[in-house]
Amino acid sequence: MSTATIPAIPVDPQLRERFSELKPALTAQAAVIEADRCLNCFDAPCTAACPTHIDVPGFIKRIATGNLRGSAIRILDANILGASCARVCPVEVLCEGACVMHRQNRKPIQIALLQRHAMDAFDASGELPPALNQPNAPGAPGPASGTWEGTKLRVACIGAGPASLACAAELKRRGAHATVLERRALPGGLNTYGVAEYKLRAAESLREADMIRRMGVEFRFGADINSAAALSELESEFEFLFLGIGLGAMQRLAIPGEENAGVMNALELIAAYKTGHLRELHGTVVVVGAGNTAIDAANAARRLGAETVYLLYRRSESDIAAFDFEYQHSKQEGVQFLWRRQPLAVRSDAHGRLLLETIQVRQVDRSLLPIPDSHYTIACDLLVPAIGQSPLAHLLEQVRGVAIRDGRIEADPLTGRTANPRYFAAGDCVNGGREVVDAVAGGKRAALAMLNAAEVAAHA
Amino acid sequence: MPDLRVSNFAGAIRSPNPFWLASAPPTNTGEMIARAFDAGWGGAVWKTIGEPVTNVSSRYSSIDWQGERIMGFNNIELISDRTVEENLREMAEVKKRYPRHAVIASLMVASNREAWHEIVARAEDAGADGLELNFGCPHGMSERGMGSAVGQVPEYTELITSWVKEKARTPVLVKLTPNISDIRTVARAAKRGGADGLSAINTINSITGIDLDTFVPRPNVDGKSSHGGYCGPAVKPIALNMVQQIMADPEAALPLSGIGGIADWRDAAEFFLLGCGTVQVCTAVMHYGYRIIEDLAEGLENWMRAKGFNSLDDFRGLSVRCVTEWKHLNLNYKIVARIDEQKCIGCDLCHIACWDGAHQCIHLDRVSGPVDGHVELHAIPAAKESKSRASLSFTPVTRRERAVDPAEHGPYPTPLARIPRVDETECVGCNLCACVCPVDGCITMIRADQGVAPETWDERTKGAACEVPRS
Repeated sequence: MSTATIPAIPVDPQLRERFSELKPALTAQAAVIEADRCLNCFDAPCTAACPTHIDVPGFIKRIATGNLRGSAIRILDANILGASCARVCPVEVLCEGACVMHRQNRKPIQIALLQRHAMDAFDASGELPPALNQPNAPGAPGPASGTWEGTKLRVACIGAGPASLACAAELKRRGAHATVLERRALPGGLNTYGVAEYKLRAAESLREADMIRRMGVEFRFGADINSAAALSELESEFEFLFLGIGLGAMQRLAIPGEENAGVMNALELIAAYKTGHLRELHGTVVVVGAGNTAIDAANAARRLGAETVYLLYRRSESDIAAFDFEYQHSKQEGVQFLWRRQPLAVRSDAHGRLLLETIQVRQVDRSLLPIPDSHYTIACDLLVPAIGQSPLAHLLEQVRGVAIRDGRIEADPLTGRTANPRYFAAGDCVNGGREVVDAVAGGKRAALAMLNAAEVAAHA
Repeated sequence: MPDLRVSNFAGAIRSPNPFWLASAPPTNTGEMIARAFDAGWGGAVWKTIGEPVTNVSSRYSSIDWQGERIMGFNNIELISDRTVEENLREMAEVKKRYPRHAVIASLMVASNREAWHEIVARAEDAGADGLELNFGCPHGMSERGMGSAVGQVPEYTELITSWVKEKARTPVLVKLTPNISDIRTVARAAKRGGADGLSAINTINSITGIDLDTFVPRPNVDGKSSHGGYCGPAVKPIALNMVQQIMADPEAALPLSGIGGIADWRDAAEFFLLGCGTVQVCTAVMHYGYRIIEDLAEGLENWMRAKGFNSLDDFRGLSVRCVTEWKHLNLNYKIVARIDEQKCIGCDLCHIACWDGAHQCIHLDRVSGPVDGHVELHAIPAAKESKSRASLSFTPVTRRERAVDPAEHGPYPTPLARIPRVDETECVGCNLCACVCPVDGCITMIRADQGVAPETWDERTKGAACEVPRS
């Protein structure tokens, strides 16, 4: 198998217009002005809050001095997906939320936009991040010299989402060999298929993956690892296998009629419009759930043309899992919220519309009790369940002893090591679904742990 | 209402307020000066009059700092490029329209007695209220034996001042160059030559910066640059120092028109406190226009009212005696830094500044347990950073994860672990932390005298000229 190249997604002007960027890039001067505002805190709280511990003041002050290449490399050294994280991170609860400016009643530094500024400049330069061979910081894992015996190491990264990309890039930058195996046609995982287009364009996710390919990471697409034989084959080719397989299909609503043609789960909907397979929606769309993915799907339905979009949630406003800024944003997009309402069944009428039967519930402690005579049927054109995701790693559990708990792969948070010492894992399949930046941090830590394990083996 | 009028500066110069425009582009023509007076300026020193020159383009360059434009400003413009006749005709017109305002003729001619006698007579005939001898221009004119070429040699300064005084009927101010090792030597020479007053400082020789693409310093004149004159906010501390040196020296002190980086009324008040009778402004006007006079005058008035001063003389020079030689400072005066935990925002800049730039006595040990004492007892900053970088953090996706843990946070707005603590047993009271702290009033320096009587270095070493005790 050879290193596959990464195809570009053709630009769709209608999609571009309807999903114009929520936060446009800073101009060069605006970036410098913003960078100058940064206080350059010692042991900065923004850096501590970032799961990948990007040296935020370090890269910001490099923007202020005009050292854009240094700024970008500072970011990439900590987070190889700095470009997508700059766009998709919920910075309000991470770096920008930790900014000390809040305590002086000042606006926090716009860290995400500054990071994007540095990453855009680096991307435009066409350069690649250099090898990582600097000495390790005191206390960091690995030999103090920063060079591993294990550089002849070969690792297979299964899945081409953020965790695998970060793991493979870290291995490659430290001299090891990494191969990414992906079931789908395109790399990037949810960055390509699952993030709202007004935050991160699929094309940008692919460009980032392509940078990692150009660094020398091998990609194999259409590689569905679905049997013990396939695992054995990989085990004979690679010393370690990294599992960055994310979560499986979204949970089903478990109500009668959900196999109906007008039901499409949130991730399917987002992937379909981002890859150009869904360009228009009309009428009424009902999204079930109140997490960040539900919000993304509901906003997308509005932008694709749906006149009415309901977001239906069985608990109340104060219980939603979505970040507050996402919730506020979706209200601005025109999404309407139906609280304490539970779907009971869905059927189609004579005209092909869907009729969603619902009932009002009330919350008693943590349980939900139906309110008698509160049945209500909503006529809609599309029903979008978005109520959490569930992982699929049962094969590994059965044939390789990788432990699973609550549907998640059990792995040491510091090293990503699973119950099987040849298997490491990180990202959504371990944490049950957090953010891109969490997946990157986990993938990077697993890469270092595999290099360390190879080092130990070499000295044994 | 405090009275800002200047009644007899350097003997006889009057102006409705002490704010004058310095001899520079804002005083290039009569039209400009008229507009400045209409805006509220009290006086103007005319752009230096002499044999017309040819100027180059470009002429200016500046230093920006952290997003602020013109922290420092530099020029290579020479004196007026208009004829003496034009300038003096307009001066007469201005004087007729604004009899109460101060119009000072800045003069620069070749170094011979006749030339000076002639220009003095012509300027006074045009109605000038006083003369300012430009012995300070640091670029171009000095190559032709004028400007700072005169001001850098006390003998020339004294001689030409005395020639002017032979002829002049109005007060004569000598404008001093700072491009000299001790400005007092020239100030004394001017006084010996009979000057009625001084203006200080002129601009400081400078190269503001180099274009890193073309390697040509700014301003670029067809691929070359020249040594310029530096001014603007950056030079104020240098100007204040020289003003104080002059005013504290009985052989040099004369009525002084203070110049150098004055941009607002607070700057001006500082020059008055060091003994100036008037001040001159240029760069701030070049940046924002004549309109800045409104706040200059209003701000000074309001400050005078708050302090109970009725006239400029009530506070002029009050700070001159507060500057002394180092050897007269009290060695037993002790202050230490104190951090207001309620105000601290947790940037920890004081911690790293104290460790890397001072005396290793501000620590991040409120959670781990305060330890006072010498440096070896404490974790070094790099270890602190490494620990943070090695820590695990994740995106808080649930409300519970996002909630603040009060036990870990502590009683202040900033988490306890990030509020630095001063080890007062090691603090030397240097002020560095208070200088770097971004929050007003968060770090204050408090008295920590140890009941020891005041003692200066001079007193301590009296009678021990050869051997000084080790402190």
